[in-house]
Amino acid sequence: MRFMLLFSRQGKLRLQKWYTATAERDKKKMVRELMQVVLARKPKMCSFLEWRDLKIVYKRYASLYFCCAVEEQDNELITLEVIHRFVELLDKYFGSVCELDIIFNFEKAYFILDEFLMGGEIQDTSKKGVLKAIEQADLLQEVDVSSPKSFFLFK
Amino acid sequence: MPAVSKGDGMRGLAVFISDIRNCKSKEAEIKRINKELANIRSKFKGDKALDGYSKKKYVCKLLFIFLLGHDIDFGHMEAVNLLSSNKYTEKQIGYLFISVLVNSNSELIRLINNAIKNDLSSRNPTFMCLALHCIANVGSREMAEAFAGEIPRILVAGDTMDSVKQSAALCLLRLYRTSPDLVLMGEWTSRVVHLLNDQHMGVVTAAISLITCLSQKNPEEFKTCVSLAVSRLSRIVSSASTDLQDYTYYFVPAPWLSCKLLRLLQCYPPPEDGAVKGRLVECLETILNKAQEPPKSKKVQHSNAKNAILFEAIALIIHYDSEPNLLVRACNQLGQFLQHRETNLRYLALESMCTLASSEFSHEAVKTHIETVINALKTERDVSVRQRAADLLYAMCDRSNAKQIVAEMLSYLETADYSIREEMVLKVAILAEKYAVDYSWYVDTILNLIRIAGDYVSEEVWYRVIQIVINRDDVQGYAAKTVFEALQAPACHENMVKVGGYILGEFGNLIAGDPRSSPLVQFNLLHSKFHLCSVPTRALLLSAYIKFINLFPETKPTIQEVLRCDSQIRNSDVELQQRAVEYLKLSSIASTDVLATVLEEMPPFPERESSILAKLKKKKGPGAVSGNELEEGKREGGELNGAGERPGDSSAIGASNASTPSPSADLLGLRSAAPVSAAPPSAGSLLVDVFSEAGPAAPAAGANDDGFLRDLEPPTESSDSLLAEGPGDSDSAPPSVVSEDPAPPLPESDELLNKFVCKNNGVLFENQLLQIGVKSEYRQNLGRMYLFYGNKTSVQFVNFTTTVSCPGELQSQLNVQLKPVDPLVEGGAQVQQVINIECLTVFSDAPLLNIKFRYGGALQNLTLKLPVAINKFFQPTEMSSHDFFQRWKQLSQPQQEAQKIFKANHAMDTEVLKAKLLGLGTALLEKVDPNPDNFVCAGVIQTKAQQVGCLLRLEPNAQAQMYRLTLRSSKDTVAKRLCELLAEQF
Repeated sequence: MRFMLLFSRQGKLRLQKWYTATAERDKKKMVRELMQVVLARKPKMCSFLEWRDLKIVYKRYASLYFCCAVEEQDNELITLEVIHRFVELLDKYFGSVCELDIIFNFEKAYFILDEFLMGGEIQDTSKKGVLKAIEQADLLQEVDVSSPKSFFLFK
Repeated sequence: MPAVSKGDGMRGLAVFISDIRNCKSKEAEIKRINKELANIRSKFKGDKALDGYSKKKYVCKLLFIFLLGHDIDFGHMEAVNLLSSNKYTEKQIGYLFISVLVNSNSELIRLINNAIKNDLSSRNPTFMCLALHCIANVGSREMAEAFAGEIPRILVAGDTMDSVKQSAALCLLRLYRTSPDLVLMGEWTSRVVHLLNDQHMGVVTAAISLITCLSQKNPEEFKTCVSLAVSRLSRIVSSASTDLQDYTYYFVPAPWLSCKLLRLLQCYPPPEDGAVKGRLVECLETILNKAQEPPKSKKVQHSNAKNAILFEAIALIIHYDSEPNLLVRACNQLGQFLQHRETNLRYLALESMCTLASSEFSHEAVKTHIETVINALKTERDVSVRQRAADLLYAMCDRSNAKQIVAEMLSYLETADYSIREEMVLKVAILAEKYAVDYSWYVDTILNLIRIAGDYVSEEVWYRVIQIVINRDDVQGYAAKTVFEALQAPACHENMVKVGGYILGEFGNLIAGDPRSSPLVQFNLLHSKFHLCSVPTRALLLSAYIKFINLFPETKPTIQEVLRCDSQIRNSDVELQQRAVEYLKLSSIASTDVLATVLEEMPPFPERESSILAKLKKKKGPGAVSGNELEEGKREGGELNGAGERPGDSSAIGASNASTPSPSADLLGLRSAAPVSAAPPSAGSLLVDVFSEAGPAAPAAGANDDGFLRDLEPPTESSDSLLAEGPGDSDSAPPSVVSEDPAPPLPESDELLNKFVCKNNGVLFENQLLQIGVKSEYRQNLGRMYLFYGNKTSVQFVNFTTTVSCPGELQSQLNVQLKPVDPLVEGGAQVQQVINIECLTVFSDAPLLNIKFRYGGALQNLTLKLPVAINKFFQPTEMSSHDFFQRWKQLSQPQQEAQKIFKANHAMDTEVLKAKLLGLGTALLEKVDPNPDNFVCAGVIQTKAQQVGCLLRLEPNAQAQMYRLTLRSSKDTVAKRLCELLAEQF
């Protein structure tokens, strides 16, 4: 996967994750262009489109569009399910997630995505596996983990 | 503000975000942000040391501002401080900031790397994962340099936790993608491959991405993964839907892992081991079967996951292309999707069938769906699906259904989306040409194309129809008639006028017998469009008019009248004016014979890859079409117009330009210009058309698009040459005979000759009186040389004559034809002479050039060797390492090899050597010789009598300052001669 974008129906970018080095200027240009293309599409249209040299796989959940750019040879359907699984993870973590959760807890959304995808590839597909990592981190919160003892308490 | 605030709430941050959201305008937002930035700056600069929480909060705010799209140029140091915090969330935010706002400050990078190093060695899995995420997110070369050595160790260590292993595998993948040279698997290879057997499915899922990428680059080293992947896949496929617990996704066992395993297998050919292969085929059958079972859930996720595996399995089946049963089954199952209610499935089925259509086993099965696909083209509401349908029609087209498909595509064009029209036009044009049984159908189709979608008909398309009409005399009359009729439409597209102008100019005579299309009617029809056309079209029409004067003398007064009128002869456009002036002059002073010679019918174009196909490839990116085309090329062996080059067809290689060995990409005709360079077959006129002034140093076939046009248009187009070699000069006397015998060749003439072995242009000779420059170009077995005689004195040379002789057996080996040269060379002036050379068979000696002239009454008489050596007729040949050594072995008889070991005469600079070897005319083959210091080359010498393949290997020994040069050739004298020639070069 080259990148993943979350944006609202109004064209506000809510989350962006780039898996290849891209200059800021190009990123902005690509985001603008792609949002335009995707937002112009009608509900019944297919979830895949060719854009530049990439395949775009997108799906709308309520007011948010989840949009992935994958390589020519990547599997579109499984990418669609990558999106779905990510939504499930967010949902599970926030408890029926809405756009506001992602706005106000953007850093959490990034952490969850990082636990799920790394370098554009799936790290773990198990919901439990990913959430365990996140929740463990939440437990660690403000606890000073400098001494091994206190760390093992929460292991 | 949402109630949920899991983990640590940062109140200040939430307030700030709400503030931003409440901003009514962009300006207000910017104001609020600037205020916050000032606040944060002062906090960071303030004397009071910030506590971790505040630092985290401010860094997080900066991150938010950055993600809103504003520039952030500070805060990096505070973020780095957070990295070394012992509080998890502080560390986490620090890493997030660093990953998102990558900075190239080297001091900062050193600090970051230090923090990462500490976390990697902390043995705290959560910290290790954070550090690995950061490396993967940044993925820079510096990161790779610092950590590429450490991560494989973490990945395979026995005591590493599973979650860390997963992160390490993907982190390594990311580094491998950015800096493959720094990630050396070496000793770890087999342990990494065995991660496929890991008990933890998450580890396998992460590791397989890494293994797939590594296998693509080093298939040999990783090939043991095939059998492991097959057995893993087999276990998943045969498991019940609940066996894999958390890795079952909507009743589908491990869909991601299955897809990835199937992808990995696509890096390899079918397994050789019969048992493994049998097991795999079983898996594929099971997947096809399962896809047919009734769904276990109505959720779209269930069907998506199941079908994702199905499509990936089909991709593997197509990749193998060896199991007819599976291919046909795949095709049938995809056929069911063509009418599925899910748009996504229809789209993917069309896409996947495109590749099935190129397999000989499933092509027929795909064809049975033609009606459904045509229907999709007509009724799909989503343009991307229609595009796929059009692609599939194109892929399934063959001789049996071409007429139907072309007709459907044409009618679709009338309503097609603008975004895909040009591509559709190209496709129609290609299919029409490729499957044309009778060429009148082809001409009709293209003219229809111009009529329906004229704006989208690119130059390549109308050039091509002209090329084909010129090359096929059976269709010329029909083309003239049809185009004449098409031009009668009141509004016709300018492209139609271009085609019409060209065709009537060439073949208008074929329909002139009919009074309804008499010469004058034809002319008036064309001229009625003239004023509506752009300059290039008008220029083309002017050329058509002069051709009319030649074809139909009775139109001469009318046309001259037109040319003479002010709007032509004083046209503000220089090109049009020049044409008008010159054509008018040509028509009034040239005799009919001269006119007929100048305006002779265009010679046939060399048959090469269709320029339209090249254009389509360029549009779609290489590879997108070529696989398909090659396949079709194989199936349609007898196609009429040689679209698509056949592998191993040496004449295809031969058509590229010899004087500037072109990279292999050019051989594929990716430069649209190359295919149409006119190479007339008659021996008299060589290379570029005789009248073209094309700079001799420039590649004959223009590499730019202008050159395309120039070459396509008749010779008369290049106006200045008309004056230079026009009728006035054409009967000037041959060089007058001078009684004195030619002098013997200059002693240094051999040395002079050596300078030109690896180059074509330069100064051949110079003394106090005279300088002789050479430019030459070669194609196939033909060459043209331009000699420039410069008078260095201020006194004129009189009785300037030159002769060329071919002593001894050279006479039967080389045909050299000297064009006349001006007998008077003024002081300080330069005259040019053209020499045409034809190589009849292999030769060794060089022809002699004798020059005589009188300078201040004294006869000057000197003889040089003409810089023509056998290597000039090389055509470069690209080949793989395997082919090279196979041919090398075939040429193993002693007389086929010549070898020399000699001391270096020049500095042993790799780039200079490469340039020389390229100048030799052969292809310089990269990555063929196992020793990277050696050079190997391959080429074919083109002579009229035969083609001689040659292979060369040059082994420099820098230490000894020596070379070993080995040549092998199918003809013994050639290897020897080339060896002699080359030994002087290095």
